[in-house]
Amino acid sequence: MQDVTTGNKEFKPNIVAFCCNWCSYAGADLAGSSRLTYPANVKIIRVPCSCRVNPMFVLKAFQQGADGVILCGCHPGDCHYVTGNYYTRRRMALLFSFLNYMGIEKERTRVEWVSAAEGAKFSAVMNDFVKTVTELGENKRLTDLRVKEGK
Amino acid sequence: MQRIGVFICWCGSNIAATVDVKKVAETIKAEPGVVYSENYQYMCSENGQQLIKNAIKEHNLTAIVVGACSPRMHEATFRKAAEAAGLNPYMVEIANIREHCSWIHKDMDEATEKAVVLVRTAIAKVKLNAPLMSGESPVVKRALVIGGGIAGIQAALDIADAGFEVDIVEKNATIGGRMAQLDKTFPTLDCSACILTPKMVDCAQHEKIDILSYSEVEEVKGFVGNFNVKIRRKARYVDETKCTGCKICMEKCPSKKGLNDFNMGLNTRPAIYIPFAQAIPNVAVIDPEQCIKMKTGKCGICQKFCGVGAIDYTQKDEFIDRQYGAIVVATGFKPIALDNFNEYGYADNKDVITSLELERLMNAAGPSDGVLVRPSDGKHPKVITFIQCVGSRDTSGCGKPYCSKICCMYTAKHAMLIREKYPDTEVHVFYIDVRTPGKNYDEFYRRAAEQYGVDYIKGMVGKVYNVNGKLMVQGSNLIDNEQITIESDLVVLATAIEPEPSVRKIATLLTASIDTNNFLTESHAKLRPVESPTAGVYLAGVCQGPKDIPETVSQASACAAKVIGLLVKDKLKTNACVATPDEMMCNGCSQCANVCAYGAITYVEKEFRLGGGKTEVRRVVSVNPAVCQGCGACTVTCPSGAMDLKGFSSKQIMSEVEAICKM
Repeated sequence: MQDVTTGNKEFKPNIVAFCCNWCSYAGADLAGSSRLTYPANVKIIRVPCSCRVNPMFVLKAFQQGADGVILCGCHPGDCHYVTGNYYTRRRMALLFSFLNYMGIEKERTRVEWVSAAEGAKFSAVMNDFVKTVTELGENKRLTDLRVKEGK
Repeated sequence: MQRIGVFICWCGSNIAATVDVKKVAETIKAEPGVVYSENYQYMCSENGQQLIKNAIKEHNLTAIVVGACSPRMHEATFRKAAEAAGLNPYMVEIANIREHCSWIHKDMDEATEKAVVLVRTAIAKVKLNAPLMSGESPVVKRALVIGGGIAGIQAALDIADAGFEVDIVEKNATIGGRMAQLDKTFPTLDCSACILTPKMVDCAQHEKIDILSYSEVEEVKGFVGNFNVKIRRKARYVDETKCTGCKICMEKCPSKKGLNDFNMGLNTRPAIYIPFAQAIPNVAVIDPEQCIKMKTGKCGICQKFCGVGAIDYTQKDEFIDRQYGAIVVATGFKPIALDNFNEYGYADNKDVITSLELERLMNAAGPSDGVLVRPSDGKHPKVITFIQCVGSRDTSGCGKPYCSKICCMYTAKHAMLIREKYPDTEVHVFYIDVRTPGKNYDEFYRRAAEQYGVDYIKGMVGKVYNVNGKLMVQGSNLIDNEQITIESDLVVLATAIEPEPSVRKIATLLTASIDTNNFLTESHAKLRPVESPTAGVYLAGVCQGPKDIPETVSQASACAAKVIGLLVKDKLKTNACVATPDEMMCNGCSQCANVCAYGAITYVEKEFRLGGGKTEVRRVVSVNPAVCQGCGACTVTCPSGAMDLKGFSSKQIMSEVEAICKM
């Protein structure tokens, strides 16, 4: 798998990835142990279940200057906590449509299902997401300008 | 203010080759709250752990961050080390700088920069960590084994021998599973029934084992140590307590045209039947689809002839509820359907058979009494061609991408047995690779090729077609670099195996993870191979991955050891990271209870002081920490923000987000 390279070499988006402990975090571990690369600007936060991700966390990330936010959970039907990822799916569909309404391109957000066995998928998803966000450019809409200045 | 210690691991060169570990440790020293920062080759080693313990004591650390491999690997190790040094184990956070950093990035500067951010993120979290205490829950001293094949039988016997009650739930009318269908077993060629059926009898006679045959698991609630399981006892229309297994009903039944599943559909059986002679329990079952009495109301011959009055056409499915401390999943496998492989002509030619069908044809108790005959005309086949990897190692999407593991060995076995019994038979084997690792396995294969004169042809088969009753097998011979066609009487397909389809339902009931091929996922591929990620659920046999009988038996015994280790405990420590409500903010709306999959949330009436000597009684939430699994669904659902999750609090995750963004 190739790393993403785009025309705009200056801009490297900052990406927050929320991964559920049981499937996607393990999938990311498998991507690591299989040495499947993806860009270094993806940083993972471990949560017990994708349904632990409060829409507030996503908004916070954008406000703090993240250029993209991705949530990864177990495949529908395979949630370790039975139904958690169904809640995630509904909540995020609603949140993303709000974000879109507010002018944050919906491509900056994504929900993906990655199982513990899908290291290759994790890497592919991250490469693709970074590429998409890189093309969109910097996120300015929600960013607290004080945060960016302080960089 | 926390006094934080940071420990950066080299993991030999696994981390240190791409991350400048010294620079990370040095940079982190400047972080507010960090009073100690160190790097070491192997933090998880005895010396590394000692280093952590010493630092905690010397520098009065109140929290630590370890930058190392995945927390799924060594979080428990470092928590234990911290606990030994007097720190609460939940004051430890792991920054995953191996799987999520050094292993996936090549550029040292980039990887080092990311490692610093990851460690900072962990520091931001650990600053808000609070000491947590695990609760306790009792353990029900009884185990459930789902599946009564050799894996389930072995696990049940081992657990029962240790003195614990075991129930085997088997969906078929008898235990025994796939092994009962086999003729001989490799690499010793001893008869399968001779080694399996005594174990089946042991199960039936063991005072601690209860066999629930013709039953299925319907519902699973609860958690490790306390599973509540609802089991459907399917109506077999025969009273299990009365039937003596005399088989008079089988003789008298007029409806004899049902396909015999046990013989892979190669012959027929009556509507009332016992699957095979050594079945356990040796009790008949009626197929309601085939039974004339059940379909038309007229007949009842079996009832008339049954000497003990065991037949009961009105029997209904029954449900029983039982409690278990641990569950072993041993649901086994089936050969894949060959719908996607028309090139082998399986559907069109009776004499193209699968290996399992051959197994029945060669079995002395099989449809041909062990005489090898062609299914089409009952004649002796003179030329037999085996085709390997039918659906295995197939990345085209028609079959399975994995190696089914057992086919090379059983084909060598079949070839050898045929050449031994019928020396005038020509045997050809088309193979991609012959894979025979294992004790005495390669020797076995070589014996087939060298001593028994089996013709091994490296190459794949393109087509099997019928010309005047002869099967033409067209394939390539890669060694001689030529296309060949072998005129055969019988073609045997080494069909790929896949997990029993029912495993998906069981995995969902148990919330056990499953991979893309429907195999159940183990907790750790190397270090926890028999445990499912769901606590208290263990995996034995092919439901976890392709394996042969010796491996299955070892895994089943390993499962039993794990189950016994669990059941000897009187109490278990429960998950400390549970939901915790703020009663002052709760308005009793019940939304959290609605999303809780475990029923951990209830409501209580509580009296609150209002000031000025007044009080009011309000309905507020209460979480049962022994039942809460800590998913966090309720925390996000709560409209007033009254619910939080210990160990993954909203503030902690927010500060992690902040730390990542402020790079």
